[in-house]
Amino acid sequence: MLAFILRRLFQSVIVMLAVAFVSFVMFNFVGDPVNAMVGQDTTMQDREALREKLGLNDPMPIRFARFVGNALQGNFGLSYRTAEPVGRMIAERLPATLELSLVAATFALIVGLMMGVYTGLYRNSWLSRLFMTLSLIGVSLPPFMVGILLILVFAVLLGWLPSFGRGDVVKIGGWTTGFLTVSGWKALILPAVTLGLFQMTLITRLVRAEMLEVLRTDYIKFARARGLSNRAVNFGHALKNTLVPVITITGLQLGAIIAFAIITETVFSWPGIGLLFIQSVYFADIPVMSTYLVMIGLIFVIINLIVDLLYFAVDPRLRIGGGGGH
Amino acid sequence: MIARLSDGLRRALDSDIFYSFRNSPLTILSAVVTLIFFIGAFFSPWLAPHNPFDVATLNLMDAFTPPVWLPEGNPIYPIGTDDQGRDLLSAIMYGTRVSLVVGFCSVAFAMVLGVSLGLISGYFGGMVDSVIMRVADVQLTFPAILIALLLDGVVRGLMGTEQHDNLALMVLVFSIGLSYWVQYARTVRGSVLVERNKEYVQAARVIGLPSVLIMIRHVLPNVLGPVLVIATINLALAVITEATLSFLGVGLPPTQPSLGTLIRIGNGFLFSGEWWITVFPGIALAVFVLAVNLLGDWLRDALNPRLR
Repeated sequence: MLAFILRRLFQSVIVMLAVAFVSFVMFNFVGDPVNAMVGQDTTMQDREALREKLGLNDPMPIRFARFVGNALQGNFGLSYRTAEPVGRMIAERLPATLELSLVAATFALIVGLMMGVYTGLYRNSWLSRLFMTLSLIGVSLPPFMVGILLILVFAVLLGWLPSFGRGDVVKIGGWTTGFLTVSGWKALILPAVTLGLFQMTLITRLVRAEMLEVLRTDYIKFARARGLSNRAVNFGHALKNTLVPVITITGLQLGAIIAFAIITETVFSWPGIGLLFIQSVYFADIPVMSTYLVMIGLIFVIINLIVDLLYFAVDPRLRIGGGGGH
Repeated sequence: MIARLSDGLRRALDSDIFYSFRNSPLTILSAVVTLIFFIGAFFSPWLAPHNPFDVATLNLMDAFTPPVWLPEGNPIYPIGTDDQGRDLLSAIMYGTRVSLVVGFCSVAFAMVLGVSLGLISGYFGGMVDSVIMRVADVQLTFPAILIALLLDGVVRGLMGTEQHDNLALMVLVFSIGLSYWVQYARTVRGSVLVERNKEYVQAARVIGLPSVLIMIRHVLPNVLGPVLVIATINLALAVITEATLSFLGVGLPPTQPSLGTLIRIGNGFLFSGEWWITVFPGIALAVFVLAVNLLGDWLRDALNPRLR
């Protein structure tokens, strides 16, 4: 198992280096950092001196090493657009995105599991058919359309919920949270549903398919023959054995949720990193874009790693095999 | 000649695929809907009731006309007009055309790129294979929409926003195509690994055909089935991606509106009560994507011998 973990760690580092390299290439070859820093009337000599001072004339491997070193210390340079340190800009907006993603993922997991178990157990009831039709529509509606429709119904027509911003936030240290105020929670509902809807339908379909598969197996029949209650069979035996793929998909989708937050944040003017990223794409603000790329890459790699490790917790067979498999 | 054609037609009508098509009402319905969209979009200059880009026919007095079933509706504009008095139905037809052009071109781009890389990767193996597949692995960790956004931003940085607007369509095709090639490459590579060791490939190699010819003429036709399924589902994805990018404001400019641009424009009027400007293009987009997805699902099941 230790060998497996070490190998996965090594792979993660390689992936991160690849992502950092792409980010580095973007940083260095799209637009000229010197041009972005100096005024129109700077002479060629001054520009050349600045290039030398910034180390832009050094060989590529040295510059890449310096880039990685700076990134490890959280130093990602200045934004071309606002001239603020990129690291600070992202740190300020990260809590908003993380809270939104967390609530969306929790919503998707809980509702998706419940709907999946229900449609798996009672596959022919009218409610199941309704759920499945809804999930098909949910997959086909683009996320921003879901957001617009929710705004139209709940903010414009009914006027129950706000349609933009985070509501009142409370600052705890460097972290701003909307979890502590009523308006914060109200502002969270529509964006979280919009963001989690796709993953919810995905989990519903997955759990349903797995339940149907598992309920056919012999050990379920045997458990019923032993006279166990329906509840014990359905949840203790069947659901438990559907969880491995559910954990994988949910874990991997958590990364997708953070990335798709770009769209939700634009629809709801949610002040997170997604909105920052979209603005930086619009102004070709390369430092912000490449930092975002590195950060998302890091989140994905960490999530993948955790998902792989969770297998050992959930599936005892892997522990015996010692991870030498595939 | 005619006999051969009619023979071919009869065999096509007799085939398993057509049989499963005939027996699935939902599939027939989605095929009809998809066809209506194709016809309405590609013949929009002749079929659309108005030309939304002909400034001479626009009348600002007609702006914000609601759909015909609401009070103040005007039968000339069945589902209303937008903020500039453009007929919404016509705008949707023209917009669908732009969306479909971007969708088809980017699927074609992704397919050619992915299939060639997959063929090369599977046929030659070794170093080339591992480089291509590692790149694919890293790219697959990120959602396609993120890749497309990054590419769009990079191109913008390289050529400046103004020039970007003129070439927006090409940039979109490039960004979307480049973010979806991985699936083709992996699928084709998998099939090629199986085909490579079959006797007909070895025979072709023994008679001394060049590798390129073997790949294109002998291996490629045998691995195309799954590619077709991916391409169908990919078309829906590409259209959604294009709409999303345009909605986010980094896709097509308002001078050349796609469905996504129309939704973006309409979104600004949501709060003043003119909901139809954004809702109808959205419905058009969702219905089209749903129909294509259903067709793709059916094609996958019909081509999969294990499910028959």
